[in-house]
Amino acid sequence: MPEYESHEYDVIVIGAGGAGLRAAIEAKERGLRTALVCKSLLGKAHTVMAEGGAAAAMGNVWPEDNWQVHFRDTMRGGKLLNNWRMAQLHAQEAPDRIYELERWGALFDRTADGRILQRDFGGHRYARLAHVGDRTGLEMIRTLQQRAVALDVDVYMECKVLRLLKDAEGRVSGAIAYWRASGDYVEFRAKAVVVATGSVGKSWLYTSNSWESTGDGHAMALWAGADVIDMECIQFHPTGMVWPLSVRGILVTEGVRGDGGVLRNSEGARFMFDYIPAMFAAETADSEAEADRWYEDHLHNRRPPELLPRDEVARSINSEVKAGRGGPHGGVFLDIASRRSAEYIRRRLPSMYHQFKELAGVDITAEPMEVGPTCHYIMGGIRVDADTEATTVPGLFAAGEVAAGLHGANRLGGNSLSDLLVFGRRAGMAAADFAEGRSGAPSPEAGDVERALSDAEAPFGREGGESPYDLHQSLQRTMQALVGIIRTESELVEALEELDELDDRATRVSVTGGRVYNPGWNLATDLPSMLTVSRLVAKGALERRESRGGHTRDDYPKADPELGKVNFVQRLGSGGEFTIAPEPLPEMPPELQRLLEEEHS
Amino acid sequence: MSELTMRVWRGDPEGGAFTDYPMPAVEGEVVLDVIHRIQAGPAPDLACRWNCKAGKCGSCSAEINGVPRLMCMTRMDELPTEEPVVVAPMRTFPVIRDLVTDVSFNYEVARRIPPFTPGPPPPGGYRMKQQDVERGQEFRKCIECFMCQDVCHVIRDHEENKTAFAGPRFFIRLMELDSHPLDEEDRREFTRHDAGLGYCNITKCCTEVCPEHIRITDNGIIPMKERVIDTAYDPVVWLGRKIVRRGARRPASTAGTAGEQPAAEESATA
Repeated sequence: MPEYESHEYDVIVIGAGGAGLRAAIEAKERGLRTALVCKSLLGKAHTVMAEGGAAAAMGNVWPEDNWQVHFRDTMRGGKLLNNWRMAQLHAQEAPDRIYELERWGALFDRTADGRILQRDFGGHRYARLAHVGDRTGLEMIRTLQQRAVALDVDVYMECKVLRLLKDAEGRVSGAIAYWRASGDYVEFRAKAVVVATGSVGKSWLYTSNSWESTGDGHAMALWAGADVIDMECIQFHPTGMVWPLSVRGILVTEGVRGDGGVLRNSEGARFMFDYIPAMFAAETADSEAEADRWYEDHLHNRRPPELLPRDEVARSINSEVKAGRGGPHGGVFLDIASRRSAEYIRRRLPSMYHQFKELAGVDITAEPMEVGPTCHYIMGGIRVDADTEATTVPGLFAAGEVAAGLHGANRLGGNSLSDLLVFGRRAGMAAADFAEGRSGAPSPEAGDVERALSDAEAPFGREGGESPYDLHQSLQRTMQALVGIIRTESELVEALEELDELDDRATRVSVTGGRVYNPGWNLATDLPSMLTVSRLVAKGALERRESRGGHTRDDYPKADPELGKVNFVQRLGSGGEFTIAPEPLPEMPPELQRLLEEEHS
Repeated sequence: MSELTMRVWRGDPEGGAFTDYPMPAVEGEVVLDVIHRIQAGPAPDLACRWNCKAGKCGSCSAEINGVPRLMCMTRMDELPTEEPVVVAPMRTFPVIRDLVTDVSFNYEVARRIPPFTPGPPPPGGYRMKQQDVERGQEFRKCIECFMCQDVCHVIRDHEENKTAFAGPRFFIRLMELDSHPLDEEDRREFTRHDAGLGYCNITKCCTEVCPEHIRITDNGIIPMKERVIDTAYDPVVWLGRKIVRRGARRPASTAGTAGEQPAAEESATA
């Protein structure tokens, strides 16, 4: 077995996006020995790509806003599959977390009277997103990164975690990883572990996600015995770039629509008026005139249908293209050029301007963008306790995108950045509590380390086997074609059969070269997570025989009220197989139930 | 389909050489796409860093035909393809493998900078004017691609200067903190002595390569030099300007003894 170095901490946090950084800050501020372990350089995690803003009912633009309205919007946007307690905590605590960022140096855009400006986004009743132009994620990650550095958190950069480690009593007690730069292995022994590894999008061909989004945290937690829920609920963001092919999937912020942009088909029609679902009819404008007035007067007009929740907009675009009313590259047109001045567009959407100009040769102040759905976010994930983010395995906590519950079946734009802050902090607190309450040094079982290292080493011992790149591309093609935005039983069954074959091919993956910064080998170590997560998504999608939020079944096009009361829980069975079963959602107290029923206008 | 040749540096700290990879040309691609196709084909172990592939994370910096650029934002169709497209790692930092360099120098400098230190919030919270946050926002656009550091002569040609010189990325960080409406720390002596601002002779190479078009020299380094020089030679003049501009700030050495008046209030009512 190869040698490895070993470090001991009270708390280790895996993943250095918004949730991981926030968790590490919390544990470190408590005076605990804290380490942050991340696959990329610090400050490069996927949070950096978030554009539009962080939703928090601060009421700076619309004093009518408050946590109850934010709670209601979040629950309705999630088609009521949300964990009500998480939605409540999130709505209540998000404003404090934003002001905290300001105390740590973040420079948000301002209102005329000097407070934090808030922007409109889909599914939010009021302008609610604290933002910095269209680079809010960068501001957030830099602020948190600089705070973590000021607190002297130990950071292990470009360090990929392979497996979680448990002790003889079944408590999570650390993790085994390798340094990308040297290929050397490193063991972390820790009293508590926070997983904050983000998304899974790299299993699809067209995604807004970076290479890091391979579902490592989902897979590691499952392998360690944790429950995952509702993995079928995946968000296809309605507006990704579609051309050139090499940039297909790259995100176009919802801020374009929040700031006045509209969607048109090849006939020039604002088609979203044809797709207003009954659930949102009462709060959505039914004429262009009303929709246009809304930007200035939210109280007496209803929201434009372009700002329906993302699942609705993505499905509508899909239908328009299928009906033959799409653009030349299979998308539809997002037009802000004809609606706002060039100066306004450049000021409000500088990154979008830059991105289209440089990558597609399109001037968004003069012509429309062609856009289409792109795999963006997973609402499902590790099952956690709402208040503590504790998973079902002692010593293991999860926060951010890798955790499930807050967003239900569909996430509203802007709720992700605030999710990272609210639950990153809570996970850090609870992990610190757990570490403080745990006596003795963490002592992971040696067998776990040996197995992880021998799995990681295996591709070097094979010759002429499968290329990890080929296997990855096959996986992406399978998931894109068979477990995409619209699903059906026969295709999901086919996907699971193909995943069996891909699992088999994975046992034959071979890599060339050494362990030092070898991307082929790195990909080979990401593949087990990607394959695991893909199977969880396909199984969940097969089992949930209804359409709800980010999960759309062609063969079950309606929401089933009974299935709206359950999470589909998956875990590892005793024989290593995945089991799946429905379990009831936590029951919402009547006073919160009433908030959902009230009409606020 | 037409062909192009990618001439990519392959090697490690012991040394290396350029290798030519003939590849089919594909419409609309950027340099990083072609690198990825080389990885998926002839060179599966070709090392490069990347993350967002949209110019937002600053991971994929390299020297393309001799110029530091983001591989994800450099379109192939803007490069002359009758000649090989030359892709090399950033020269200022030690090579780890192929296109990947050891940029830890930058993270070490970041740890030395005295952190953001706000005054206590006034009742009702901080207020800042948009025009006052915009100064700092320009610098906070920085995606830490470190290409300004790569191209800076002070460290590109003089490894030994790295201990005494923070580099353009951190001069704009210092300027950002200095112009932050809420910050009360005085970093002028740090900027002069520890960060070595005086080494910079304003050749503007950093500004030229910045993918975010931050005016590093004009808006960052030159104003910072003026502030530092004012301090070094005439602190009374500097303090006078500072008070007129934004209210009193305390020097780091006397933290906690002055500056009771929140800086934000004056800027919010100015």
